[in-house]
Amino acid sequence: MTYDSDILIVGGGLNGPALALALADAGFSVTVIDAQPAGARADAGFDGRGYALAIASQRLLSAIGVWAGVSANAQPILEIKITDGRAGEGPSPWMLHFDHAEIEEGPMGFMLEDRFLYAAFLKAMEAHPGITHVPGETVINQEVDGSRVSVSLASGRQLKGRLIVGSDGRKSGTAERAGIKRTGKDYGQTALVCAIEHELPHHGIAHQFFMPPGPLAILPLPGNKVSIVWSETHEAAARIQALSDDEYLEVLKPRFGSFLGKFSLAGQRFTYPLNLTLADSFVAPRLALIGDAAHGVHPIAGQGLNLGLRDVGALAEVLIEARRRGEDFGAVDVLDRYQQWRRWDTATLVAATDSINRLFSNDNAFLRFARDLGLGAVNAMPGLRRTFIREAAGLTGDLPKLLQGRQV
Amino acid sequence: MQTTESKAETTVDPKEVAKFEAMAAEWWDPTGKFKPLHMLNPCRLDYITSQVAAEFDRDLTTNLPFKGLCVLDIGCGGGLLSEPMARLGAAVVGADAAAGNIPVARIHAEQSGVEVDYRHTTAEDLAAAGETFDVILNMEVVEHVADPLAYLTACQTLLKPGGLMLCSTINRNPKSFMVAIVGAEVIMRWLPKGTHDWNKFITPDELYELIRNAGLDPVDRKGFVFNPISWNWSLSDRDLSVNYVTASLKVQDS
Repeated sequence: MTYDSDILIVGGGLNGPALALALADAGFSVTVIDAQPAGARADAGFDGRGYALAIASQRLLSAIGVWAGVSANAQPILEIKITDGRAGEGPSPWMLHFDHAEIEEGPMGFMLEDRFLYAAFLKAMEAHPGITHVPGETVINQEVDGSRVSVSLASGRQLKGRLIVGSDGRKSGTAERAGIKRTGKDYGQTALVCAIEHELPHHGIAHQFFMPPGPLAILPLPGNKVSIVWSETHEAAARIQALSDDEYLEVLKPRFGSFLGKFSLAGQRFTYPLNLTLADSFVAPRLALIGDAAHGVHPIAGQGLNLGLRDVGALAEVLIEARRRGEDFGAVDVLDRYQQWRRWDTATLVAATDSINRLFSNDNAFLRFARDLGLGAVNAMPGLRRTFIREAAGLTGDLPKLLQGRQV
Repeated sequence: MQTTESKAETTVDPKEVAKFEAMAAEWWDPTGKFKPLHMLNPCRLDYITSQVAAEFDRDLTTNLPFKGLCVLDIGCGGGLLSEPMARLGAAVVGADAAAGNIPVARIHAEQSGVEVDYRHTTAEDLAAAGETFDVILNMEVVEHVADPLAYLTACQTLLKPGGLMLCSTINRNPKSFMVAIVGAEVIMRWLPKGTHDWNKFITPDELYELIRNAGLDPVDRKGFVFNPISWNWSLSDRDLSVNYVTASLKVQDS
């Protein structure tokens, strides 16, 4: 029986290449089928898109050899301030303040622009002898036949492997072709994303303002720039996105406040409708789903990529250990270990972000009072506060070895 | 006569094949009849691979670490241990006294693209034929044989000097009666009633004694412990109260 590669990964975004690197380092042969044509997004300019990487995610990037190439462009997040507010009124005095010094693990996380991270992944994949990158190709069919999975590409090419991994996003074709159904819901909100250039230094502080229409996150980028993620109802977001840059800034001003001095737009403006989509199963015979293909969550706490990299760490560890035991690593009992490991964690986070958002995206006076008290209470209790910091840094739960910065 | 007989051997009855395919699917269904073995398998393999790697100085992070080693899997069943050993590069003979298991194991190995030499034979017959191996897997067999000492002596004969035998079985005490007989066979129905005869279970000290009398040096023993909270098995240095495994060596110049 012949195989083109041990593992076929569908999706060349971030989680797919991360898994490819982790597995190829352990001796697997991996093919990454990437819908993006070769050279796409090469030398991309600043476009304002960025990720809030938890410490655990940064450790994984370090373990797979990607961090060294991006660290110079990463902005450490030293503090997180969470406040409740209403546009034009300024923040409520009941503020929650997380300082990295409290957990002694270095910074709480890093802000990294998409263009740097993507380019580093592309470079590392091309340099790895165990990885075959197939750009500009889409999968049109997949079939499982005994111990083998065959994939047909749009170009007519066929690829055979022992396991297919769907890292192809919220509308995962890999999951759909395997008959895996999804459960989803619309949060009724759209995220507006942009980058801002400002006058005063941000000191590495990330802010989250909870406002009735939805949360506003201010995340520090290197230099005097911040990335803004701002949620509004679908209708309001569409209206705001249609405005000119100057009008857009006028809408943002009362929400953003004046603590960073004068500011202007930098890079492009993006919108993302906020919805939750969860695959009913993360595995099937000779198939596993990672990242948004398994679970697209509300990006309220910047957990999308962090959650995806936890999948990467867990799946890589399960597959590497199975292979070292001589097990058939694409067999369903092996894949079930990954599913058991990840599903609980995912369910917890989905429930948590869901309820946080519901609690805060509300102008009910009683809820406002209650959550202000809640923020104040958490802030007043160092133990609880440290728990939240560790959670935000991704340092809780049954952490895969790669996310502890260790090799499997 | 000669021609009809060889024809009978080579002509495959499709009904028989279908039956064996169904049995192979059953052996290899992690949620089916052999679920307890599947659950225990990663733990058994962790012990086997680490012992073999240590004894023969192999690096498990490399490709085909067991290349060049001859492994005998006695009581191979559907091949739950034979296939992993072959995948790690060993030349594997899978032996089972139950004739029905052999075609089942063969069909599954073929489906998996793994090469294993499955034979309907016994340890005693292999020893009489003068075959020898670097590693013998003797897992969950000794509690089923009529004469454990004679059987282990045959295993000793089958080992090359410097060879390694891994032997697991079930301890004999009140707890093992509750867990392995009442728990596994009566309450959980993981195993068919009558799978095990508690009187044939062997304590670790008795097994060490039997192994020494058979001419091998026991060098290690560990418990296989089931955790009902995490619902999986792990290795234990101290808890050998129910399932346990031993490693023994055949001295180089014996």
